Amino acid sequence: MKINFKKMLATTLILSASFLSTQAFAASHSKETIKVGVLHSLSGTMAISETTLKDTMLMLIEQQNKKGGLLGKQLEAVVVDPASDWPLFAEKTRELISKEKVDAIFGCWTSVSRKSVLPVIEELNGLMFYPVQYEGEESSKNIFYTGAAPNQQAIPAVNYLMDEIKVKRWVLAGTDYVYPRTTNKILKAYLISKGVAEADIMINYTPFGHSDWQSIVSDIKKFGATGKKTAVVSTINGDANVPFYKELGNQGISSEDIPVVAFSVGEEELSGLDTKPLVGHLAAWNYFMSVESKENEEFIKTWQAFIKDKKRVTNDPMEAHVIGFKMWVKAVEKAGTTDTDKVIDAMIGIEVPNMTGGTAKMLKNHHLTKPVLIGEIQEDGQFDVVWQTDGEVAGDAWSDHLEGSKDLISDWTAPIKCGNYNTKEKKCLATAK
Amino acid sequence: MSFFSLKNKITLVLIFSLSLLFTSSSFAESTNLQHKNSEPFIQALELLQSKSYNKKGKAIEQLVATKDERVQSILEAMLKARLFYTKEDKTVVIGKKVDDGFALTSVLEQKYLGSLSKSKLKKVKVNNKLRGILRASIATLSLSSPDAKKRLAAVKQMFGKTNKAGITALQAHLKMEKDSAVRSEIETLININDLDSGDKETQLAAIKTLFNSLNPETRNKLEILKDNADADIASASQVALKNINNKLGFYDKVNTAFFGLSLGSVLVLAAIGLAITFGVMGVINMAHGELIMLGAYTTYVIQQIMPNHIGLALVLAVPAAFIVSGSVGILIERLVIRHLYGRPLETLLATFGISLILQQAVRSVFSPLNRAVETPVWMAGSLEINPALSLTYNRLYIIFFCLAVFTILYLIIKKTSLGLSVQAVSQNRSMARAMGIRASRVDALTFGLGSGIAGVAGVALSQLTNVGPNLGQAYIIDSFMVVVFGGVGNLWGTLISGFTLGIANKFMEPWAGAVLAKILVLVFIILFIQKRPRGLFPQKGRAAES
Repeated sequence: MKINFKKMLATTLILSASFLSTQAFAASHSKETIKVGVLHSLSGTMAISETTLKDTMLMLIEQQNKKGGLLGKQLEAVVVDPASDWPLFAEKTRELISKEKVDAIFGCWTSVSRKSVLPVIEELNGLMFYPVQYEGEESSKNIFYTGAAPNQQAIPAVNYLMDEIKVKRWVLAGTDYVYPRTTNKILKAYLISKGVAEADIMINYTPFGHSDWQSIVSDIKKFGATGKKTAVVSTINGDANVPFYKELGNQGISSEDIPVVAFSVGEEELSGLDTKPLVGHLAAWNYFMSVESKENEEFIKTWQAFIKDKKRVTNDPMEAHVIGFKMWVKAVEKAGTTDTDKVIDAMIGIEVPNMTGGTAKMLKNHHLTKPVLIGEIQEDGQFDVVWQTDGEVAGDAWSDHLEGSKDLISDWTAPIKCGNYNTKEKKCLATAK
Repeated sequence: MSFFSLKNKITLVLIFSLSLLFTSSSFAESTNLQHKNSEPFIQALELLQSKSYNKKGKAIEQLVATKDERVQSILEAMLKARLFYTKEDKTVVIGKKVDDGFALTSVLEQKYLGSLSKSKLKKVKVNNKLRGILRASIATLSLSSPDAKKRLAAVKQMFGKTNKAGITALQAHLKMEKDSAVRSEIETLININDLDSGDKETQLAAIKTLFNSLNPETRNKLEILKDNADADIASASQVALKNINNKLGFYDKVNTAFFGLSLGSVLVLAAIGLAITFGVMGVINMAHGELIMLGAYTTYVIQQIMPNHIGLALVLAVPAAFIVSGSVGILIERLVIRHLYGRPLETLLATFGISLILQQAVRSVFSPLNRAVETPVWMAGSLEINPALSLTYNRLYIIFFCLAVFTILYLIIKKTSLGLSVQAVSQNRSMARAMGIRASRVDALTFGLGSGIAGVAGVALSQLTNVGPNLGQAYIIDSFMVVVFGGVGNLWGTLISGFTLGIANKFMEPWAGAVLAKILVLVFIILFIQKRPRGLFPQKGRAAES
């Protein structure tokens, strides 16, 4: 009896372990394929956002293979699961490059996971495409940032509120980690440079997954009751947004009184939400599913057919992966090889059409040109675009509004070849690439 | 017989004349309508189809100016994103959602046009600025509504948004208004407006009447007036401002206390199941959070089954979640925990494994994305006691729900034979068995009870937070904290410790921030446990010594 039971316990443990362990899809292992690493969490907290990106990559690779592959070879996806565990991201990167010998990695979501991958990918001279909007202040030779830099999301959104909505008082609310802290630092410096008084800015941080928003929302309500137009700029991360918006609705704060503009809430997050109390609140992105264009309609159709769900939504980081992947394919074709250094050089200047109009061009600093759109949340969980920039905005790795970063530029072409070149002192700063 | 026929005849005649009346009157109305489709009205409808929000704003003004009775329904439809125009012939229509599109009523003729799919319609889009204009216009229009509640809401809409014309209209309306609540609200609004009048007498009188007003507008205006050049006005407003600030401070404390109570009730709900499994049985159940999660998912499933009765689904979810989580709990007990009594470390590891399995199972069945659990209408919004204090309904319900769950559980433990056996087994297992209690059956039922209560907590939490695979993890630490702080094996301890921690957290949050407040509470508990290892209410007697 005892022994039996021990066996059972062992099976339980093994079972749970196998659930957690890497789900490496090592398919047909022929030498004639080009391997593409997909490094997105399929379990843990970030699975909610990252699983979709894994599926996007599988779809893109399948499409490319149908078109005849790349350089005459078929593409092969190597999917690993870093399980929302930041150090594991570094280990999995090493595994992908050293063991699986992938030629490019598409992956990461949170900034902390990217920071964990960074030293490994530079050491092994790999190639990574990072598809999510982020805080900037970073540039690596081996990483291409296909999401928005702060000047392609946060700053235009603040401009919109200031110029169009005439907002005078600002609440900067965020989750307590690197992206919101850096973004808010940039925004605060920017607001003060625009003549906003320090007393008119309220900054608030909450832990990950915060669910009890009562006192913070009531503080925001009080802060906004002084007669000056108030808005909330939210860098609140994923999960915590639902109770936050619910509390706003319950305490009777409507989008006309105090609009909330969010940088981390997209179609996918809204699909898990009762959107009625949210109507009219804003989000700033470079892509919305509701944008009417031929490329976008086609993309939505293929995506929904691939995932076999007619209600499945698309979002901004997905578009970033599509653009990143198309650029990589073009660069490999241009270079005629998958050799990292040659592909990195070939990447610069490659152009791919955006799904929301205009062209995405890979710049010397490994960032893209993107249009910035402001959308209002609708009852059906989609966004209506209410404002957009005239043309594309060029991504800027180093913010112009922060002391110590405004003189820096990133340029990965000869003769500078440096991620943090100081334009005043005319030299590349240290070894921090 | 003849009597009957006479009656029949009279009815017939009556029906006939009625129908005549009806047709003639409806005829008159339709001609009347045609007559009323004045040039500005039609123009405004065309303007609504433009892309520019400014032009749409003008169209709304123009519509209101026509004083047509159809305007209010147009504006309301527009606010709710139910105003469309057909792509084919640009008719403006109001849509009502049906299965495969919208059932349409034309705005001009007020005629039902059948239904069309969404792709053939174009929505008249609104943005926040337009929504503001729409609400204000609707407010002005609904001042003449026969419903006093609508009038009150209309007046409340107007605070801070009125101009001179609006005030004159309100003054005129005040003479006809009979409802006292609406009257006092209008008077406050007029008085607040008088603060700006520039006429010393009026201003002083307004300050006097607004002495106890808690409306934020009053405070803002007084804040400006306290530096007025006129010494009388300045001092009067300073005194009034001081009084108002005192009151606001008081209500602020009441509000914080309410927030604390509500956070406390969430903590108690999450922890009370654990108080049974961990407290009474001594099982360190790391899968407790996942049992809560199962309860929340049960709510989601039941809402999916009956999408038209969201409120009823929520009520039904309570027993359903109890059964689902309770059965899973019994299963866990029978299959795993039963073999591990007396070995806390192994129990901890095994239940941790179970929690991961449950999480991943939910991920595979429902997808890793969060599921949307809808809030019924009666749980949304807030109970406004005065302009400075309003209690949100969902929190109020959850406080009561928490107390109800606690009472029922308490009664089960203290008053039923199951409860008696549970107490007996937990105090002295071998003695209880000697007295003829089937200890293993009692264990299973107790664990099932604790797990079922966790499921019930999940139903409540589905109204406050995300329903996703990670729901449980967010509450497991808090639950253990509450049980340990309250004293293991004591239900009252759990209740009191939950509320204490909730209130302490909320009073600390305003000056320490959410992150630091949480850390401080944790540090406090660690220190407290050093001093009193058995928590607030330690178990007494021989059972506690063993």
